[in-house]
Amino acid sequence: MKHKGRFGNFGGFYVPEVLIPALEDIETGFDKYRNDRRFVEELDDLYRNYAGRPTPLYHARRFSEHVGFEVYIKREDLLHGGAHKVNNALGQGLLAKYMGKKKLIAETGAGQHGLATSMIGALFGMETKIFMGSVDVARQNVNVHKMKLCGAEVISVSGGTCTLKDAINDALRYWTSHIDDTFYLFGTAGGPHPFPTIVRHFQTPIGTEARQQCLDQIGRLPDKVVACVGGGSNAIGIFSGFIDDADVELIGVEGGGKGTETHEHCATLVKGSVGVLHGAQTYVLQDENGQIHETECISAGLDYPGVGPEHAYLKDSGRAVYTAVTDEQVLDVFELFTRSEGILPALESSHALAYLVKQKGKLPKDAIVVVNLSGRGDKDVSIVEQHRPML
Amino acid sequence: MGHYQNLFKTLNRTALIPFFVIGDPDEDTSFELVKTAIDSGADVLELGIPFSDPVADGPTIQKADIRAMKAGMTPAKALAFIKRISDYKPLPIGLLVYYNLIYQYGVQAFLTDFKVAGGTSVLVADLSIDDADEIAPAAEAAGLETVFMVTPNMSDQRIRKVAERTSGFIYTVSLLGTTGERTGLSDMVKPLIRRLKELTERPICVGFGISTAEHAKAVAQAGADGVIIGSRIVKFIEGNLNDTAEMKKQVGTYIQQVSKEIARL
Repeated sequence: MKHKGRFGNFGGFYVPEVLIPALEDIETGFDKYRNDRRFVEELDDLYRNYAGRPTPLYHARRFSEHVGFEVYIKREDLLHGGAHKVNNALGQGLLAKYMGKKKLIAETGAGQHGLATSMIGALFGMETKIFMGSVDVARQNVNVHKMKLCGAEVISVSGGTCTLKDAINDALRYWTSHIDDTFYLFGTAGGPHPFPTIVRHFQTPIGTEARQQCLDQIGRLPDKVVACVGGGSNAIGIFSGFIDDADVELIGVEGGGKGTETHEHCATLVKGSVGVLHGAQTYVLQDENGQIHETECISAGLDYPGVGPEHAYLKDSGRAVYTAVTDEQVLDVFELFTRSEGILPALESSHALAYLVKQKGKLPKDAIVVVNLSGRGDKDVSIVEQHRPML
Repeated sequence: MGHYQNLFKTLNRTALIPFFVIGDPDEDTSFELVKTAIDSGADVLELGIPFSDPVADGPTIQKADIRAMKAGMTPAKALAFIKRISDYKPLPIGLLVYYNLIYQYGVQAFLTDFKVAGGTSVLVADLSIDDADEIAPAAEAAGLETVFMVTPNMSDQRIRKVAERTSGFIYTVSLLGTTGERTGLSDMVKPLIRRLKELTERPICVGFGISTAEHAKAVAQAGADGVIIGSRIVKFIEGNLNDTAEMKKQVGTYIQQVSKEIARL
């Protein structure tokens, strides 16, 4: 490999030897095309006219009134496919096309990345296989159906805990025997180098746009930027726009599940320790022997015992702060936000909103907080209905 | 000269190297099975510590890992197990482990304890040769030999790098993929062995997908110093979970059969 793929002490590429040529291939392709004029122009066109970029920055006035400070929402939920995942899927999909690959594989948790990859597979006419834990297949069946409609094959993974971590394991295993013609379109800012760098790159438009929109619409930078963190791709996307603005506080919100004092959560940065999982040195949820824990979270998209290595670095360097909210707090804010704004937030993004509710009364009235609304909540309506039946 | 180089020279034939997941299906049965393998003609042992996320392994070994973990196997207990095995008969023992397990134990502490328990060499499944520095100096300090993997899609230059960092044997992966049984022998294996012979004098042991006595024989004929058989043997465990005696019998018979086949060359 040409680069080490390190963020401080974190990152790297802890993979079996057989995967190295495939990762090297992607690293070389990314280096070659990331600044290639034709590639950049084609991607920019797709961002605008296929995905719907730039997304608005919306002043959520009624929700602001409720929490007592000014809340601005980065509307990634309005993108094609309903989440920020399309940014990365378009970028990597186009890279795969430029590299001459014919087939795509991807892992998915909530199904948003699987759906985004399936859409891009259809768009570029590539054969697409999506690996998804059997538990997630059951709880996100609408997305499964959409993926199939796009022509993708959905492979239900039943090894281990049957969630995102096992979908990644099986996608990696499949890739080791199909590296010649297959591009692994990795969904989050984690995994082995070069994926954390590539995913961050294709998610940076979120942060770049949001920063400029703050200056244009508000006349100043925000005090805080808040995003949910599972693997961490939407968070690194919006953080990237503000990392050099030392006065802007960056806050990542993890899935606290039934509470971080229990074992049923996925708050990796809050409760985990440093280890190696899925090719990266980063924080992981593990036992004292290094066996990876099962995780639990109402939101499938956050249900992962690892986290992107750049977030591990931002945590240790103190540049970003990570916290967690519980499933109950998430359900509360889902209802509150939908009623006050008429926008259904994805349960993943609702974690970021729930953090804001916890800040009620703690921030000055003129404080400005930007939240990345990474996805829309239509996919979660039945889950919310299960927990909070409408009588 | 290293342990393995000595052994392969004295053997004057291809060595038979069965692989077991330590503690599969439980600690006591696992001990009986490894003893059976030793008594039936194993020349070297390749032992793995179960891990929750074994990405280099196919479904057979993955299930074995889950069985062993459920039965309570841990890295510390695995070291005690290795000690029991080497007390029974001091065959060379190669360890296959995922990085996070030794990282949590402490890399140097783990390797030192493994050496004391009777270990010979260590292979970390999820460390490529680019990361040799994370394991090789510690292994050397502990008095262990290093084993790294070579795959069919590797450049000559990279193979030379592997040879340079390997003091034990080159673990030659016969195919592009994970561990697991295959019906036919990969057509990549013979050209790879030939290429390796031109590039290095290090011992060559071939694994991944070696399932039948015929596969083993073909690999031996191609000039391998050792042949590693994993999933095929683990299948005997999986297929007889309620019958330890049958498990032992099948493992023993199979190893005798392969051993006879490669001895005849």
